[in-house]
Amino acid sequence: MANVTLRNVVKKYGVLEVVHSINLEIADSEFVVLVGPSGCGKSTTLRMVAGLEAISGGEVQIGGRVVNDLPPRERNISMVFQNYALYPHMTVRENLGFSLKVAKQAQPVIDDAVDKAAEILSLTPLLDRKPGALSGGQRQRVAMGRAIVRHPEVFLFDEPLSNLDAKLRTQMRVEIKKLHQKLKSTIIYVTHDQVEAMTLADRIVIMRDGHIEQVGTPLEVFENPLNTFVATFIGSPPMNLLDAVVKDGKLAFSDGTLIAMPPGYSLAEGQPVTFGVRADNIMPVGHALPHGEHMAEVEMEVNLTEPLGTETLLFSVLAGKEVQAKMFNPRPVQTGERMTFQIMLDKCHLFDAETGAALKR
Amino acid sequence: MATNMNHRIRRHSLKGLHFFGLFSAMMVLCVPGLWIVLNSFRPTVEIMAKPPVWIPNELNLDHYRAMFGGIGEGGVPVLTYFTNSLIISVTSTVIAILIGMAGGYAFARYKFKFKGGVFVALMVTRAVPGVALSLPLFIIFARVGIIDTHLGMVMAYVALNVPFTIWLIDGFFRQVPPELAEAAEIDGCTRWQAFWRVEFPVARSGIASAGIFAFLTSWNEYALASQLTRSTTSKTMPVGLLDFTSEFTLNWGGMCALAVLMIIPALILTFLVQKHLIAGLTFGGVKG
Repeated sequence: MANVTLRNVVKKYGVLEVVHSINLEIADSEFVVLVGPSGCGKSTTLRMVAGLEAISGGEVQIGGRVVNDLPPRERNISMVFQNYALYPHMTVRENLGFSLKVAKQAQPVIDDAVDKAAEILSLTPLLDRKPGALSGGQRQRVAMGRAIVRHPEVFLFDEPLSNLDAKLRTQMRVEIKKLHQKLKSTIIYVTHDQVEAMTLADRIVIMRDGHIEQVGTPLEVFENPLNTFVATFIGSPPMNLLDAVVKDGKLAFSDGTLIAMPPGYSLAEGQPVTFGVRADNIMPVGHALPHGEHMAEVEMEVNLTEPLGTETLLFSVLAGKEVQAKMFNPRPVQTGERMTFQIMLDKCHLFDAETGAALKR
Repeated sequence: MATNMNHRIRRHSLKGLHFFGLFSAMMVLCVPGLWIVLNSFRPTVEIMAKPPVWIPNELNLDHYRAMFGGIGEGGVPVLTYFTNSLIISVTSTVIAILIGMAGGYAFARYKFKFKGGVFVALMVTRAVPGVALSLPLFIIFARVGIIDTHLGMVMAYVALNVPFTIWLIDGFFRQVPPELAEAAEIDGCTRWQAFWRVEFPVARSGIASAGIFAFLTSWNEYALASQLTRSTTSKTMPVGLLDFTSEFTLNWGGMCALAVLMIIPALILTFLVQKHLIAGLTFGGVKG
């Protein structure tokens, strides 16, 4: 097992810079998820760690060793690809044992390691099949088996679940987490799915346009997003953002609605801000969860409902912006119905209207 | 009910038409070949008969016996021609495939300057008819002194086949996902090992079909061979067919017998690799 360090890592394609001087410390046996919209540089970063992509600047260290110019085979890593990249001409057994065979291990050693890996991933009955005769979920498991068979220092996952259907994805997510608990290995995992990031990660790295926007535990980035991008990217549904100005120590929305200032902020009169509240913290009266002492109330018309069982998502408009609210212990709601909503001010966020950066409490 | 019936009738008649169409196409394709095989086994009188005799009255091996017989009894050096053909075709195919693999892989995987231009230039060489090259080739070969040699023929056929094999193999390597080689590299292979242990076996069927095409081109080629080979030291089988022509007569039976001998190796080879030809590439390893 090993720690991984990225120091001012840059990736350029010709004059186009796609990863801008990234710094990241990944501790031994930590599960780190790189998450961000497509084209944010997360896969490129992973491929630089793997050695599949040349590093244009900076330094990558694995286990304290600079690996910038080492080929992938000398970095002691293994990788699971989005399309699995199983060798179609080999059986599952040969696929799993390939890396050991290349390393010229004795056949009994290979057989032993393959059997163990197959058992961990319940692949034993499939060992003599070729990848073409496997289902998507089975192929995914073989790809993972190929990665664990040789006990590498670091595991790299490049969107490994995005080709699976929703149900299987949830199942494999649990499998991966169990695997991490069992193997205690360092894992770098790339995904564009924030749910995967939240559920799997010890720490989440949120990336945009080749920059790291925030690094933190799932709860940290969920509860204290550093900017509006992280606020809307992490959490489902995304955080509601409304333009407001400070007026007489309160917040005034563009349509004139006034609500109390969330506690802890001291802002100048007339300062434009972005007010952020998650759907979980804006609830119709009578259908709210227990909440703190700081509250505000607004009245909105419900335009659309999405019943989810334990709660119903209500879509309304406030000050010209769409607002999603959650109704707990739901009752049927007619579209067009006017309801009074409670806003839990303790859980609300204020961001700089111009830069989108979170304002200090 | 009526519309249902109509559709059923239409489907059956379409099926019938389909069968008939396929049958006629296969007739056109197969009859000349069958005619050659048939003619090689029957007496010259029957071959020349007008109107043609479709059902043979007598089948014998006279033409084959004569062909393998001594000079003056209608014999030709069949075995020498066969060996020449084999050496020239196999050698040129192997070389063309090796170059084709290197070139095809480069075009499929790497970026380099003038890539598009080089590729088009290679393809344009296919547009020049081989016969048009025979005279310049003859002059050059004569000057260099490689006329009527195996080496000369191999060089000519390699040049003829390389653009085509590069184009074909490029297409097959394009279909092999680059992640396979990357996975192999992470599994501990060098770039070279990743190619031979993963990419090559996956693209093997494609390379085999490119090999068949190259082999058949060299095996059947006549126009260039008729100019560049002079004697039994390098004459190939298609050129050998001319031995059956003399000033006033054509030995059709002998020619057909030699043609049958020519077809057999090609047929065997095609049967051996047809699994690869049909199978094409298998892509179980990657979800697509």
